[in-house]
Amino acid sequence: MKARVFVTLKSGVLDPQGKAIQHALEGLGFEGVNDVRAGKLIELDVADGTSQDDIDAMCRKLLANTVIENYRIEAIG
Amino acid sequence: MKSAVIVFPGSNCDRDLAVAFEAVSGRKPEMVWHRETELPEGLDLIGVPGGFSYGDYLRSGAMAARSPIMQAVAQAAARGTYVLGICNGFQVLTEAGLLPGALMRNAGIHFVCRSVALTVENSQSAFTSRYEAGETINVPVAHHDGNYFADAQTLDRLEGEGRVAFRYAEAVNGSARNIAGILNESGNVLGMMPHPERAIEKLHGSTDGRRMFEGLTEGLLARV
Repeated sequence: MKARVFVTLKSGVLDPQGKAIQHALEGLGFEGVNDVRAGKLIELDVADGTSQDDIDAMCRKLLANTVIENYRIEAIG
Repeated sequence: MKSAVIVFPGSNCDRDLAVAFEAVSGRKPEMVWHRETELPEGLDLIGVPGGFSYGDYLRSGAMAARSPIMQAVAQAAARGTYVLGICNGFQVLTEAGLLPGALMRNAGIHFVCRSVALTVENSQSAFTSRYEAGETINVPVAHHDGNYFADAQTLDRLEGEGRVAFRYAEAVNGSARNIAGILNESGNVLGMMPHPERAIEKLHGSTDGRRMFEGLTEGLLARV
């Protein structure tokens, strides 16, 4: 079974990498990019039957730092 | 004074920290590998060194904070053993929950590697007893992720409880309220991004870091 975990910075937390990407896009001539936030995608291959709660615990204990980050779990079967 | 320095794969200031501990105490610290589950007995001081533990994978300090030895470090800290985390060590201590907040990518994106001016905010702690409150000292920084973040409530609490040990006296990395180093609630754990162990000899260009180690040694010897 596979699951995807999306880790993103909480709103209100400055994202210097996102800002740098935004400036680079502007430098390439793309107009109207209002904001860029960079995050992480972590793909897990876990044993069938692994519960949502187990994956949630993985996120809280290691995959995300909940002081600065939010996470979202997407089961992809 | 009996001390130890924790060594993770990717630590690179472990020997500098050991030299600093030995220079002021006359006693070599024990070097403790991250896979160990127990610390040597009777430690007064534990150093968590700078570097790039586990290649900064996932987040700086995240993997090291979950390594076996950090459980033992957390237990020792809870018993009152002094813990000093420098640079990556500070990141490890926040990731391990021994200090509040988090260290994020520098606001200016760049790796910052130079000597910076720090203001000593609290001279009452075991780590800062040899400094004067309000004094400016020069200590090098070398980091990419030193931008201290915590919510406003946490920052207010740190300030109100006198737990901001050092503040940058100049713009360095975008840290909230220019915080460079903080103490835990009981004052026996200090995390800081600047490297006092790189400012202990005249040849280093500054000896301002030496007083931290001298003050610690003096306090710990007096305790015995």
